[in-house]
Amino acid sequence: MSVLYAYFIAPFAEFEFMRRALVGSFALALGAPPVGVFLMLRRMSLIGDAMAHAILPGAAIGFLIAGLSVFAMAGGGLIAGFLIAFGAGLIARATPLKEDASLAAFFLISLALGVTIVSVKGSNIDLMNFLFGSVLAIDDPTLFLIASITSASLIVLAVIWRPLVLECVDPGFLRSVSRTGGPAHIAFLALVVMNLVGGFQALGTLLAVGIMMLPAVAARFWARDLSTMIAVAIAGAAISGYAGLLVSYHANLPSGPVIILVAGVLYVLSVLCGPFGGLLWRALPQRHLEA
Amino acid sequence: MPELRFHNLTLGYDRHPAVHHLDGAVKDGALTAIVGPNGAGKSTLFKGIVGEIKPLAGAIERNGLDVHDIAYLPQAGDIDRSFPIGVYDLVAMGLWRSKGSLGGFGRKDHDRIEAAIAAVHLTGFEERAIGTLSGGQMQRVLFARLLLQDARLIVLDEPFTAIDAKTSADLLELVQQWHRERRTVIAALHDIDLVKRSFPQTLLLAREPVAWGATRDVLTAENLETARRMCEAFDEHAAACAVAAE
Repeated sequence: MSVLYAYFIAPFAEFEFMRRALVGSFALALGAPPVGVFLMLRRMSLIGDAMAHAILPGAAIGFLIAGLSVFAMAGGGLIAGFLIAFGAGLIARATPLKEDASLAAFFLISLALGVTIVSVKGSNIDLMNFLFGSVLAIDDPTLFLIASITSASLIVLAVIWRPLVLECVDPGFLRSVSRTGGPAHIAFLALVVMNLVGGFQALGTLLAVGIMMLPAVAARFWARDLSTMIAVAIAGAAISGYAGLLVSYHANLPSGPVIILVAGVLYVLSVLCGPFGGLLWRALPQRHLEA
Repeated sequence: MPELRFHNLTLGYDRHPAVHHLDGAVKDGALTAIVGPNGAGKSTLFKGIVGEIKPLAGAIERNGLDVHDIAYLPQAGDIDRSFPIGVYDLVAMGLWRSKGSLGGFGRKDHDRIEAAIAAVHLTGFEERAIGTLSGGQMQRVLFARLLLQDARLIVLDEPFTAIDAKTSADLLELVQQWHRERRTVIAALHDIDLVKRSFPQTLLLAREPVAWGATRDVLTAENLETARRMCEAFDEHAAACAVAAE
């Protein structure tokens, strides 16, 4: 019993930074995966990636102006994310370039710009923290920021749920009955940016998108209806956070990447064993049904 | 009082007309078939009626009806059949105009949804994911949703194409029920015999209207042949139309 306690609970009972990291991970696990599920279902899985890169220069400018202030960096990240989301949308509408192409152009420019800006003022360690986060260094203001973003995200998602679902399933019908499709789409992009900014402190710009997408993509193999899929994604993200912190603590590995690696392991397991479309089930010799 | 009136209406894409100088009215409560070869402008006319595209010239008068109060079934709907949603939830969205994004569903709404599902003979399919339905079953789902929309004006773009005889007959029965309820129904159809049997009014369209009126007067061999000839190809270098705009 005490061995179990020592392994699974003691790290969190003993160290405050572990507790903060755990609470932060759980808050992220509640907000980001539902957004990830919608990104996946709208075949926009890579958009999250592009947006994550896009927030880097904003956060870097915040850092340049105010140093390592959570709110300056988050504010900068939000502004940059929104600018690029709408810039890409605008260019897609005004030129023959499709939205994904202009996003690709934007995020590559942003990434280069962001890394340059961070390097001007900060050290290589700062740069590493920007790109891969520092979940063990979460302080009270950061925790507050993540919790606020998650709460806001869940509320907004509840409000735009119906138009968002309908825009995925049958956009033509939504257009024919209401004008909410456009505003819902914009609110949804805002949710993507917000949640990435929330994950930025803990996981960095490059890994924040991992806690959003990996559990969401894995959940597809465990559920056939949307609500269950989202619940599974949240649970998967929470497990990744807990297990990732634990493994990184015991094996003395960097926490952020290990959290995402655990999410990656869960993804691979889902692809193999998930009851809906898992590969192992296909390999098993099964007789077809009577009806 | 006509439900819909077209005033010298021209609709199209990139200035090329797909519906050219259409004049006329659809009377309140009329059951009208729109017949014409592929490329005759049937779908374009429907997109114009529901406000998805703006007229290149002329106007559509909707008798005060908001475009969002028109029930519209597009030809090849862009429905994502892989999306994890069940029959019940998709049909329930037919109540959008009264529920919006946030309105709650009560006992009475539930009964209406069940009744609509029963009317298209899909009782027992409520929880089925739409991805597992056949083409005919999917069309039944969409008709159940149309039923709930409870619209004065219903626009159906080739509703019976690629659907088996039993399903067509069941869905046609719903169309006729709408007609008995004095709703205005316009449907694009290719099955001339079906139009002759079940649709009192017909508009024969070949980009320009060929004939419009009582079905037996419109669907003559001569008119159909004219329609076929008139449907020439899209000309990339067509000159500006000389017919004076009003």
